[in-house]
Amino acid sequence: MKYYTRRIVFYVLTLWVAISLNFLLPRLSPGDPAQIMIDKMSRGGEVTPEQIATIQRLFGGDSDQSLWDAYVQYLNQVIHWDLGTSVTKFPAPVTELISQALPWTIGLVGLATVISFLVGVGAGAIIGWRRGTWVDHIVPSTTLIQSLPYFWLALLLIYLLAVQNPVFPVGNGYDIREFGGPEWSWAFVGDVIYHGTLPALTIVISSVGGWLLGMRNMMVSTMSEDYIVTAEAKGLRKSRILMTYATRNAALPSISGFGITLAFVVAGSIVMEQVFSYPGLGKLMITAVRGNDYALMQGLFLVITLTVLAANFIMDIVYGFIDPRTRSNA
Amino acid sequence: MSAELTSDQTVGVTPEPVLTARNVSIEYEVDPVVKAVKDVSLTLNRGEILGLAGESGCGKTTLAYGLNRLLKAPALMTSGEIVFHDRSGEDVDVRALDGDGLRAFRWDKISMVFQGAMNSLNPVISIRAQLHDVLTTHRPGMSKDEKEARSVELLTLVGVDPSRINSYAHELSGGMRQRVMIAMALALEPQIMIMDEPTTALDVVVQRGIIREIMRLREQFNFAVVFITHDLPMLLEISDRIAVMLQGEIVEMGTAQEIYRNAQHPYTRKLLSSFPSLTGTRGDFVRRGDSTEGAA
Amino acid sequence: MPEDIRTELTVPETAASGDTVPEVPTASAREAVGVARTVEVASSPSPTSPTPPRAVPRFALPRFSGKLVVGLVLVIGVVLLGLVGPFFTQDPANTENPAMLPPGGDHLLGTTALGYDVLAQLAIGTRASLWVGLLAGSIAVVLSLVFGIVAGYRAGMTDEVLSFVTNVMLVIPGLPLVIVISAFLEVRSMLVVAVVLGLTSWSGSAVILRMQAKSLRNRDYVSAARVAGEKAPRIIAVEILPNLLPLLTAQFLFGVILAILAEAGLSYLGLGPSGSVTLGTMLNEAQAGSALSRGAWWWFIPPGLVIALFGCGLSLINFTIDEIINPKLRIAPAAQRNVRKARRERDAQRSTEEAAA
Repeated sequence: MKYYTRRIVFYVLTLWVAISLNFLLPRLSPGDPAQIMIDKMSRGGEVTPEQIATIQRLFGGDSDQSLWDAYVQYLNQVIHWDLGTSVTKFPAPVTELISQALPWTIGLVGLATVISFLVGVGAGAIIGWRRGTWVDHIVPSTTLIQSLPYFWLALLLIYLLAVQNPVFPVGNGYDIREFGGPEWSWAFVGDVIYHGTLPALTIVISSVGGWLLGMRNMMVSTMSEDYIVTAEAKGLRKSRILMTYATRNAALPSISGFGITLAFVVAGSIVMEQVFSYPGLGKLMITAVRGNDYALMQGLFLVITLTVLAANFIMDIVYGFIDPRTRSNA
Repeated sequence: MSAELTSDQTVGVTPEPVLTARNVSIEYEVDPVVKAVKDVSLTLNRGEILGLAGESGCGKTTLAYGLNRLLKAPALMTSGEIVFHDRSGEDVDVRALDGDGLRAFRWDKISMVFQGAMNSLNPVISIRAQLHDVLTTHRPGMSKDEKEARSVELLTLVGVDPSRINSYAHELSGGMRQRVMIAMALALEPQIMIMDEPTTALDVVVQRGIIREIMRLREQFNFAVVFITHDLPMLLEISDRIAVMLQGEIVEMGTAQEIYRNAQHPYTRKLLSSFPSLTGTRGDFVRRGDSTEGAA
Repeated sequence: MPEDIRTELTVPETAASGDTVPEVPTASAREAVGVARTVEVASSPSPTSPTPPRAVPRFALPRFSGKLVVGLVLVIGVVLLGLVGPFFTQDPANTENPAMLPPGGDHLLGTTALGYDVLAQLAIGTRASLWVGLLAGSIAVVLSLVFGIVAGYRAGMTDEVLSFVTNVMLVIPGLPLVIVISAFLEVRSMLVVAVVLGLTSWSGSAVILRMQAKSLRNRDYVSAARVAGEKAPRIIAVEILPNLLPLLTAQFLFGVILAILAEAGLSYLGLGPSGSVTLGTMLNEAQAGSALSRGAWWWFIPPGLVIALFGCGLSLINFTIDEIINPKLRIAPAAQRNVRKARRERDAQRSTEEAAA
């Protein structure tokens, strides 16, 4: 129990750091941050009075407010889930835009990551188990696939499977001509899956190699452990040894390292969503940055961080469940 | 170690072989090739304790693993015949066993207790799971309750509190872990137990407890024991017969009495005189290599 | 996510028979930075391996396996493209060329929509991307050294503080953070981009190095140095760092490829170095110029391919380093093959003897 409490405390602290970063970053350059932003935006076009008001609210336009007060005010806003108003899609509140995009990202990226993890770890286990055979030679080739930039792979897939051979759609989450907006119908769901295949494929192809390699290395190490010899001497079935003795131990680092790998997946999917014009958090973030929509951008940063922390915590629970040493060690 | 061996050591031995190994050679396929076991032949009798002594690297562990077909690459058994003589009268060619036959043979006829139970138990599943799975695999007819009852019985036999069945390996002390290993080894009532330095990593007092447990169990169930260790004095205490190994070969084999009183091979004599004794004048060992063990 | 408790767990108790298996993670591919793999630095005696344990971990120079050769060829090839290429191509800023030409003739890789020669851009872009990658990788390695090794060696309060910072940086998603930082920057030169990338990517390496340092800390020769009164910085520099060299190299190579990929991503999004040509900006312009729909594969395939080949080369080199750090990865499969070979030879010998009889 203590283990879980420690983790939660850590995540809360991290979130606080992220929020504080959000507050500090715009204020790092000298001068009134609000004015700098407004200047930046006016370079791109006209700035409406509403936009100015939003900026000032976000960055504390009143210069007689102390930094500490502004900080507390900002913390307050965030805790009450007030992330400001978007500038590019004025007057939609940031939270509304984010909640529209969130399900797309979680659905696509989440599902694809889970598939990639399971396939990678499973294949890695089998390859590690059958070490010294021809399957060993597959391993170096996975490094080539892994070094491909996510978005380049996406471009390639689009080129091959959507432009040259129109098997899949070029982009978007769903066919905007057919459906006015998201609706609960089988046709819509089917269309979503259709549109989501190439993006999902990109994620899976790019990230499966890492898990495969890690698991394979761990398996090779684990296979020489004493308890494996004991299991064999006990005359246990190969499947049991593979599953309960070898894999269960070898998978531990993969699970604990999931959080870090997730960071790469998140990074890659932001760019990938841009390539596919997929209506998720990533594309929204790019739109925000390009449109100097700082409220939206910072809000997205917080939400993405929160999602990653949540995923990490889920993995912590899984790890604690599998490895009894964590439970008693704390 | 005591100076006198009583003749009680030979109780329970019937000179009827349970395992015959002939001309066993094992080498390591590395560069250059290492011949770990050179043309070794030995016979293990039903219910006896055969001690296998020698220093590190002499090949005793390799030989033991070979007897149970547990050799791992790069080790390879290049020649030899190993025959197991079952209680039922049937003879089993151990080298010819394969697949399911080998699996069924393992642990049921010959079980092992490994060196240092530190790592011999799976760290992520409970003791119960590890005791049960032997039973599940080899006695598929047993119900869950029967398996539980048997596991509890085994733990009690080795002197471990049955409530520890819920524990995990890291929650047990070294001595307890080794006892659990022994309990596991007894589960199918094997006819041979191979013990590879089972007490080397333990405190001396704990060691004595474990040894006593082993002796008691052997009396109760009459299985043969191959006891591998570098601790020759201990073997003199507990073994019926002792084989001394040096660089892959058995250089001397005889009853404990014979080895103690009348060691033939110079290496055996050297081994015997390398242990200081608890009795005798202080400083004798260091100054003159005197110990009360050793050939007269 | 690796946590103090878990890092402790991967260092098992030492058996009475000697110092066994302090385990240390290594990295071998992009994702490997995050996956804390366990590695043995010194091998312990086991029934199946007749080699005695080594007191001081030594590492042999890498053997020239096929993987290593291919890796080196790829890496050196790309580096040459970046270093020397620009001298042999036309001026990358020259837009006088006819636009959207497929490869052939004067333009080995064709031209872009604005009339730039693709090969020229590729060469200069490679140079820029390599530079950014190198700089960012170096910054990251230095930071991970500080946060990792100092934290692992010092333990105590220093460790707690440094670890906390490391873990926070680890969990906060990197690219979104970089995007947010870049958005607020006034000026975005290659130097600035490299620094930002370096400042945000060191945490994974730090975790791995910290675990290593922690286990090395308890080694006999380090304790001996401590008892002899050597000061910590000297111990770290003289006793610990040399043993970590393969690991550090692997992490550095990792960091470089990560930075190159990150810069490519940033540039593709339009947040990269402004005013420069990098492999990422090429991809950005390719998409802006509708290279995909116009089928101009010669424009967008080469930049990505260069990155991929370079990354692949580095990964292969990392593979080899991995096998040095963790001999089991090489030994176990090799051992299996040797045994099979010996068996085959023995069977062949037996059958010829039987035939002769």
